[in-house]
Amino acid sequence: MEHIEAINTQSFKERLASYKRSPLSLFLAVLVILSAVITLTVLVALIVYILAKGIPNLKPELFEWEYNTTNVSMMPAIINTLTITAMTLIFAVPAGICSAIYLVEYAKRGNKFVSVVRMTTETLSGIPSIVFGLFGYLFFNIYLGWGYSILGGSLTLAIMVLPLIMRTTEEALQSVPDAYREGSFGLGAGKLRTVFRVVLPSAVPGILAGVILAVGRIVGETAALLYPAGTAAQVADGFFSSGRTLAVHMYALLNEGLYMDQAYATAVVLLVMVVCINALSSFIAKKAGVKA
Amino acid sequence: MMKEKVMKGVFMAAAALSILAVALICVFLLANGVPAIEEIGVADFLLGDTWKPSNNIYGIFPMIVGSVYVTAGAIIVGVPLGILCAVFLAWFCPKKLYKVIKPAVELLAGIPSIVYGFFGLVVLVPIMQNLFGGSGKGVLTASILLGIMILPTIIGVAESNIRAVPMSYYEGSLGLGATHERSVFFAVLPAAKQGILAGVILGIGRAIGETMAVVMIAGNQPVVPNSIFGGVRTMTANIVMEMGYAADLHREALLGTAVVLFIFILIINLCFSVLKRRAD
Repeated sequence: MEHIEAINTQSFKERLASYKRSPLSLFLAVLVILSAVITLTVLVALIVYILAKGIPNLKPELFEWEYNTTNVSMMPAIINTLTITAMTLIFAVPAGICSAIYLVEYAKRGNKFVSVVRMTTETLSGIPSIVFGLFGYLFFNIYLGWGYSILGGSLTLAIMVLPLIMRTTEEALQSVPDAYREGSFGLGAGKLRTVFRVVLPSAVPGILAGVILAVGRIVGETAALLYPAGTAAQVADGFFSSGRTLAVHMYALLNEGLYMDQAYATAVVLLVMVVCINALSSFIAKKAGVKA
Repeated sequence: MMKEKVMKGVFMAAAALSILAVALICVFLLANGVPAIEEIGVADFLLGDTWKPSNNIYGIFPMIVGSVYVTAGAIIVGVPLGILCAVFLAWFCPKKLYKVIKPAVELLAGIPSIVYGFFGLVVLVPIMQNLFGGSGKGVLTASILLGIMILPTIIGVAESNIRAVPMSYYEGSLGLGATHERSVFFAVLPAAKQGILAGVILGIGRAIGETMAVVMIAGNQPVVPNSIFGGVRTMTANIVMEMGYAADLHREALLGTAVVLFIFILIINLCFSVLKRRAD
């Protein structure tokens, strides 16, 4: 940006004069600024409205361990969210990192297999979550006969966030300078040792930022979980039992239509979680960017 | 050496997982959805304008039209706003302000769709009721909300493509006496056209696949809407609303709806990757 300022130093007066000569420029400038203001206003309105309406409804009994119809506690849903997030990451992170390692460190240029992998990953990241949800339901619940299960839900989500983890890991690996690899080879290390001892450790912050972004997607996901994991409101008591996450809990509350106040409170918790997760991710990404 | 070979195999197998996932998704959707479409009849299924599961009539034409209307509306709302916002971020924004607005846009992308839907339901729908009467749920309401939801996608892609345009375009235009605004809009922006178009297509994909937000504010009547205030049901809403209790042919008809949606998405993805390759 400093490049621009250097060649375009114009006083405010000069700028006004140029706008007089060219009203279109003024119009465009106003339009651009207006659109940025609108975007920002929408975000602020959404957050402020939900916080203002939701915080008064955040009552301690909403965090009790038991869910029942008189007290639609969100605690079981929070626990299920944590379980499903952890399980999804256990499946998706190793798979995502390993495939990124293959694509960046092992695959040769113009490899046919690689172009197929890239194509399918791109396809995967474009598939809507409801389609993932239906697939999870058809495959895990019916074909494998698991019924509504948090395991099926987690595996569905793992497929959904796989492209995200792959892409961020790839970028992180690519940003590791080749000199690191050459240095390691020069010292006599093999390919595997180089990848695990030299490349991967320096890529960790970038990978972590991607993983946290994936956590954000998992926490906020509804459509992909509704059918594979079901909507049981209690803490899931095993991998093969049903359980709803916080987002699904909110959908269920809205669907029943009886618990608007509690829905506001749930929205606050969801929003705060997602904001924190996003902030953490961009903080780590920034650190990674400084390092690289 | 053995270990090296084994681990290479492991990495390769991991990379093959995404191929396996896409293949499984295709097989299971098609195997479960296509027989229903055949049983109902391709023409009756795609072009039938009545959806009455209780009478065994399954025409998803209203839902296809609904998805197209709502997506088109989202594009009309979101694309101009998104592109202008991207221009602001790339060429108008002071550095200090950028540090605030950029994370804000990223946050917009991170907000769960259920929260957007809730916001639409409790804020947008009453506003629409007051302004235009009726239920407040319909094509227009859904378009506005979806337009907002695809903003971060469009802003992100458009901004990076605008930034990728060589500085000399801008400088040349400025040197010929154009103002800052004219240079940005008539020299830089046209050069980023294809990349921006790729972003728009990505946004279309997001909008057509959006489920939880749309189902709350679109009204969900399975009829072709007669005005922009009319209620509308998208393909995604159709699936998510009825899948829970559907059985037999009804269930398979819903899976058929998913197949149609999936084909839409594949076409959109294809357009996106072709454009992206061209933009690169």
